[in-house]
Amino acid sequence: MAEPRIDVSIEHKHRPDNSDGAGKHPNTCPSCGSHYRDDELEANLRVCPQCGHHFRVRARERIAQLADAGTFQEEAVELRSEDPLAFFDLRPYTERLAEAEVSTGLGDAMVIGSAAIENEACELAVMDFAFMGGSMGSVVGEKLTRAADSAIERKVPLVAVTASGGARMQEGILSLMQLPKTVCAIEDLRDARCGFVTVMSHPTTAGVLASFASLGDIIVSEPGALLAFTGPRVVQQTTREKLPDDFGLAESNLRFGHLDAILPRSELKPFLGRALRLFRNGR
Amino acid sequence: MAADDERHLRERLTKLRGLPLLRGTRLSGDAKRLEQQLERIEEPEPSDQEIWRSVDLARHSERPYTLDYVERLFEDYVELHGDRARAEDPALVTGLASFRDRTIALIGQQKGRDINERTRRNFGMAHPEGYRKGMRLMEVAQRHGFPIVTFLDSPGAYPGVAAEQHGQGGAIARSQALMARLTIPLVSCIIGEGNSGGAIAIGLVDRVLMQEHAIYSVISPEGCAAILWRDDAEKVKAALALKPDAAHCLELGVIDEIVSEPKGGAHLNPDEAARLLGDALGRTLDQLSSVPGAELREQRRERYRRIGIYTAGATEPALRGGS
Repeated sequence: MAEPRIDVSIEHKHRPDNSDGAGKHPNTCPSCGSHYRDDELEANLRVCPQCGHHFRVRARERIAQLADAGTFQEEAVELRSEDPLAFFDLRPYTERLAEAEVSTGLGDAMVIGSAAIENEACELAVMDFAFMGGSMGSVVGEKLTRAADSAIERKVPLVAVTASGGARMQEGILSLMQLPKTVCAIEDLRDARCGFVTVMSHPTTAGVLASFASLGDIIVSEPGALLAFTGPRVVQQTTREKLPDDFGLAESNLRFGHLDAILPRSELKPFLGRALRLFRNGR
Repeated sequence: MAADDERHLRERLTKLRGLPLLRGTRLSGDAKRLEQQLERIEEPEPSDQEIWRSVDLARHSERPYTLDYVERLFEDYVELHGDRARAEDPALVTGLASFRDRTIALIGQQKGRDINERTRRNFGMAHPEGYRKGMRLMEVAQRHGFPIVTFLDSPGAYPGVAAEQHGQGGAIARSQALMARLTIPLVSCIIGEGNSGGAIAIGLVDRVLMQEHAIYSVISPEGCAAILWRDDAEKVKAALALKPDAAHCLELGVIDEIVSEPKGGAHLNPDEAARLLGDALGRTLDQLSSVPGAELREQRRERYRRIGIYTAGATEPALRGGS
């Protein structure tokens, strides 16, 4: 007599979401599946040579792509987050910070400094999504503010490259206050008649989109970047609306008038060079 | 609260008091905020129950909403509608009114009482058109020198397809940027839930008054639980971690004054709640009305530029908000 078959299926409550290619090797193209050595991708500005998919770029690599060789002088390197709320979710915030610093080699989710792009002096503020999802807490807010001040002092334009999931929940209300803080810094930059260009890279959402990122004199993005105040999953869950295929993407933002241009990564540096020249000639 | 923090605050207060009063108002404003922070620190830390009770009361279905206060505090209220570009957004109300012998401009988030009105008001969640209507009113106020009073009470900016297509993020950013440029007095009253970008869009101001049982937070407890705990049933844990209650907001230097509520919460006696809020608002507007516009704007920017807690290498931890 055959043993009765027992069917056991386990439902994973916390199963990782694989829909955005999580779990795949980071150098495997989520769009066409091609796989690359790291040096191949780096040489191609982290754009898939097969299909043109734009991979995320880490802050230091982005600076190397944009700044003229040897011109970048980092500022405010020493800033580190505190844990003002003694925040503890599944793990303490201090542990998440320490881990992020070890894994990224960065003090927080933004790197700032003076630089030249195509021989045009500017200030650069570049975000890194790998550091806690590029979230904006006190340090990111302070660094953006110092970058604006540095631009004002040297009378040069500010170029910000954003990549962020939004305000950092672990610093609570202080993170929300970084929205008005960065807005005030940009208003001072405007009063000093310094140009401001934002490059919204994938993804630029929530608190960063709703503050300094949207205040550029010129706002550009990269193909396929998600630029949304609220991401597609939450919109879907809250409204149960059918989302358009290009919901929140740079292409949709361009069509609705929220962007000046979408530039393939190889055209970004020449574009910034042109913009910076125009701001300088206008002074 | 650590003794260290108290020491820092006392030191700063002493320093501020010692400075010559040439730059007058800014210092007295700061000193007042620090004094309130100090008083708070000397009180016991709010318990978990007290924090969660505020989260509950802030969102109580009978809690007075913006228009309940308008009715009780203002005269000659004229509501103004529409963003002059696309739409009228009933989730955010704007108007002109008379308050204790001065004309003010009002911008407030408005929830609904019954199911029909709730739907019409979209549960107090504004679209970009709402924020643009607010900006239109800010320009009117600036032109005529009317102080602006904003009432914050919203679960957040509306997360919908049309809202995104019409530029929710940009509208919130530009509304704040406009507030950073105005040279008229700006006061916010947090009367219920002040959540996320939806609240700060009309919250970049000279003075923030917060009712005793209101909450002010970077994200709703449910949203935070869904992201960090991956389970929105953990909303109590999330709320306790976020510390969105008035006492903590004052300690962190994010608000200027806690406005008392009638015993048991504003909903038990809306008339008394309005009287208490009106007195605080009147006092605050009186203080601000003597400050020249350019100075107001400079102090306002300075206020936000100094908020944040971080360390700079080997030096002392940077001071709390407002430092």
